[in-house]
Amino acid sequence: MIQNIVRWLTDPEHWSGSEGIPARLGEHLWYSGLALAIAAVLAIPAGLAIGHTGRGRFLVVNLAGAARAIPSLGLLYLMVLWLFPKLSGDVAFLVPSLIVLVVLAIPPIMAGAYAGVEGVDPAARDAAKGMGMTGSQVLGRVEVPNALPLIFSGFRSAALQVIGTTTIAAVAGTGGLGRFLIDGQKIREFPQMVAGALLVAVLALLVDLLLAVAQRYAVSPGLTGRSRGRSNTPKVVEIGALRRTVDPQAS
Amino acid sequence: MIVFDGVTKEYPDGTVAVDHLSLEAPSGKITVLVGPSGCGKTTSLRMINRMIHPTSGTITLDGKDTGRMKESELRRGMGYVIQHAGLFPHRTVLDNVGTVPRLLGMDRRETERRSLELLERVGLPTAFAKRYPAQLSGGQQQRVGVARALAADPPVMLMDEPFSAVDPVVREQLQDEFLRLQGDLGKTIVFVTHDIDEAIKLGDQVAVLQVGGHLAQLADPAYLLAHPVNDFVADFVGRDRGYRALSFQPTPHLPLAAESTVSLGERVSDRDDGWVLVVDGDNHPLGWVQAERVRGEVTTEMLHRGGTVARASGPLRGALDAALSSPSRRGVIVDDSGALVGTVKAHEVLTAIEETARPELVDADHPGASSS
Repeated sequence: MIQNIVRWLTDPEHWSGSEGIPARLGEHLWYSGLALAIAAVLAIPAGLAIGHTGRGRFLVVNLAGAARAIPSLGLLYLMVLWLFPKLSGDVAFLVPSLIVLVVLAIPPIMAGAYAGVEGVDPAARDAAKGMGMTGSQVLGRVEVPNALPLIFSGFRSAALQVIGTTTIAAVAGTGGLGRFLIDGQKIREFPQMVAGALLVAVLALLVDLLLAVAQRYAVSPGLTGRSRGRSNTPKVVEIGALRRTVDPQAS
Repeated sequence: MIVFDGVTKEYPDGTVAVDHLSLEAPSGKITVLVGPSGCGKTTSLRMINRMIHPTSGTITLDGKDTGRMKESELRRGMGYVIQHAGLFPHRTVLDNVGTVPRLLGMDRRETERRSLELLERVGLPTAFAKRYPAQLSGGQQQRVGVARALAADPPVMLMDEPFSAVDPVVREQLQDEFLRLQGDLGKTIVFVTHDIDEAIKLGDQVAVLQVGGHLAQLADPAYLLAHPVNDFVADFVGRDRGYRALSFQPTPHLPLAAESTVSLGERVSDRDDGWVLVVDGDNHPLGWVQAERVRGEVTTEMLHRGGTVARASGPLRGALDAALSSPSRRGVIVDDSGALVGTVKAHEVLTAIEETARPELVDADHPGASSS
């Protein structure tokens, strides 16, 4: 069995053409990336605004809770049934999947941004205001830089989920690594299915690693405890607790 | 000068935090707002830079109504120091200090130069510049907080319990350095504390606030200790206020007695009652020795170090303490250079105390002692 999988993965035929691994990988990244970008553009400003003003907390809490209950596959079928007749061409396949992915990605990203701003030391916020920063300066110069660890945390959680879920988008006729699973199942070629699943897992891990590296460079050493000396123990504990609330998969 | 004129803060639920507060914080002086929790001292402070908006009344800064000024500009002109320093964890110490100059548009290099200078001024090594707040102790963070508030050289400083979250030893250091700094800078300071000792030590004038935001008494510290206006103030300033008031009484002419001394390495002659003062080459007192116990030359190990030393120009409290703490019962008095000028006995200090004038009771309309 394992030999068959290795044979399938190493077959040069599977590494070329529009149905080869590189092409499917590119599609997978394109769908996931597009969905994450759209979700981030919508959810980060919303989360920051809620954290900054303190208004609309209930929205984040309920959204994060409700998101856990969404059956991705069910939602996908619903979108296809609803949108397919209204659209044409490639877009007809792409848009329903994209909507599902964006809907999945928004709650963790928004919760991360909100929890990050909410968790900023009130004394730092008070000092920022008291020194004459305007509301947007407080947000941009104090709240966002301090919220970055949790913003990243939410985004990474969303990225994992989206990359995983992009696989089932193949059911709706799109490309991506999910094709190997769906097509493999149709012709009962198990090595192809397992290879597809492996590729998705590896992709997800690689993307998370990349984001972890980006986080390391983006977040101030003053927040990560990477700087020598005393670390701020309560804050670390707090981030751990919040991480659980922003990461629906971890519960 | 900051002037509160009939300032009231009432919250929508009807709680009155500050009730018709009128007071002046004169330029170049430290005005301390002190009182128990719930007395509205912090609320009053935060109304000066409009972090809280008064319900009625006006606060003017050098004659200008702060309510008509742009809030961010008003605040950039006032140093702001808070209890837990409120440093920005993501910024280095240097960048924290440079916050307001950068907001005011000062260029980066000039800001850094100024920030380094301020770090030294508040007693931090410049090696700390590249550290992050999480790497500093509470006292060090508070120093950075003070440096940050001073960075744009504002004429006014608002300080909200800046030293209350650090341990007593560090607090006293910070207080002493704060007074030294203020001696150089002469800022107009409004300082909030719940600690009456801190208020008396730091304040040029002290405003005692009562729960519900009433100003109970506004006076200089010596006057406050001598003439509490009511039971609340009397209770609040504490039991040992008579002794503490001596801190404000400069030593008059104490009848100093000449003291026979001995230097380290010399032998003691047996002429005295037993206790002999040991001095160094510059006539600075080192400690006492008991003559009958000394065999041979006087060495450092023999010194009794229990007695305190008071400066002749210092307050009476020091002179009395020197007399009370001395094993020979003779208090050691030195000049400003630390050289021995003589000794004094406790009853002589007490006589001197009896001869000093207590702060005179003045009418309620006197500017130094208004009450409401």
